[in-house]
Amino acid sequence: MTFEVGSGLSIGAILATVILVAAMLIWVERRLLSFWQERLGPNRVGPFGLLQVVADMIKIFTKEDWVPPFADKFSFVLAPAIIMTVILMSFSVIPFAPGVGVVDSNIGVLFVLAMASLGAYSVMLGGLSSDNKYALLGALRAAAQMISYEVFMGISILGVVALSGTFNLREIVLAQEANGWYVIPQFIGFVIFLIAGVAESHRLPFDIPEAEQEICAGYHTEYSGMKFGMFFVGEYLGLVLISSLITVLFFGGWLGPAFLPPIFWFALKAFMFIAFFILLRAAIPRPRYDQLMSYGWLFLLPVSLLNLLITGVIILSTS
Amino acid sequence: MLTLIKDTLTSQVVTLWRVFSHLWVKADTVEYPDEQPYMFPRWRGRIILSRDPDGEERCVACNLCAVACPVDCIALQKTEDEEGRWYPEFFRINFSRCIMCGFCEEACPTNAIQLTPDFEMAEYKRQDMVWEKEDLLIDGTGKYHDYNFYRVAGKKIGGKDKGEAQNEAVPVNVRSLLP
Repeated sequence: MTFEVGSGLSIGAILATVILVAAMLIWVERRLLSFWQERLGPNRVGPFGLLQVVADMIKIFTKEDWVPPFADKFSFVLAPAIIMTVILMSFSVIPFAPGVGVVDSNIGVLFVLAMASLGAYSVMLGGLSSDNKYALLGALRAAAQMISYEVFMGISILGVVALSGTFNLREIVLAQEANGWYVIPQFIGFVIFLIAGVAESHRLPFDIPEAEQEICAGYHTEYSGMKFGMFFVGEYLGLVLISSLITVLFFGGWLGPAFLPPIFWFALKAFMFIAFFILLRAAIPRPRYDQLMSYGWLFLLPVSLLNLLITGVIILSTS
Repeated sequence: MLTLIKDTLTSQVVTLWRVFSHLWVKADTVEYPDEQPYMFPRWRGRIILSRDPDGEERCVACNLCAVACPVDCIALQKTEDEEGRWYPEFFRINFSRCIMCGFCEEACPTNAIQLTPDFEMAEYKRQDMVWEKEDLLIDGTGKYHDYNFYRVAGKKIGGKDKGEAQNEAVPVNVRSLLP
């Protein structure tokens, strides 16, 4: 077996790495947050607290797997499975390095956007089937937020697609080898994609669907045990996905000086964005629900449309 | 729109940088079981009963501490020895109720009851949280080294008559002052 796109070895390695990284992010996030808050964070279990994840896993797997009697059983069980599935599916089109990837799809960008839209179902079903007012409010907010921010997310990528002339993520990276990283011509697109990405993965400061202080835990209020764990890991998987997408679309994917292997450059860039998302969580307070909506529709939408328009004009005038 | 961009740059980005710069600030955490925190001498921790410089119990069983205690965790009974000294027959503090407020220390007229910087008082059995007088009494004088209640008070005890205390004048016979 060789390491090429779509080989069993490649698929297995990507699946294992992605899930392991998402689990380790629980520790990374707590540690980084505590450094920014002048604390130490979990450092007791194993070296530097690295085995904290193992302890958390043991705890979450041995918890009672409870379905509330008033919940709609089928969709209650289905919801956490959807979010894990769609986000893992999205990883299939990400080109991690030359020869490392699951599939080089010609509709890669569209596939990621489609999977992100399907992810909204998980949140909505989870909230609705719980039959709990906080879960319902959380699902309501999640639906509005995810559907709104998908719009700007899609439009902000279109500048990159127009510049590279392809929806294939691997070819987008290769186009950046010739033209330079797209973060320079598409800086506004990058910023909008970053903001929309935070909202899509409902991370702080846009964690309005699961705002603890306002609506308990939002759509996963009634979840416990491994079903909650799947929402939890799904959120971290979403964080890894958004960071990987930013790396691929705007920061040249695996491209970098040759003294280190390409996969290392990809991991380094992706980790930078993961750390940035955690910094956002440490620093920025949560906006109000209506502020989030008006910020999206009245500011991000016009700016992203303007960005697309100007990009189009420049491409047409130079070709 | 321009003000929004300006606010984002001046407020949000500056906030991000300020929080990020905490990365190279030393953590405040004291890793307690491995590393002992510095306990201030006036810390309100475990309660003790001190002795006067002569080694006698300072407590005169006045019950002021028990009255001052907001959670009623102090119980004691007064008794008297043959010299006329008052002392507690039993003195009991229920540390499962005690809130370490220090009111007993403030109320004590003889500096007998004092709070110490010790806080490691966990027990496996709840009954072990109840401390009797022999558990509470220490051999030293605590925070006040020279104070001895019976040497400054006017009370007559065996070996010290009226007027023999420090700074105390011999009692005046008021009848002798009559014209």
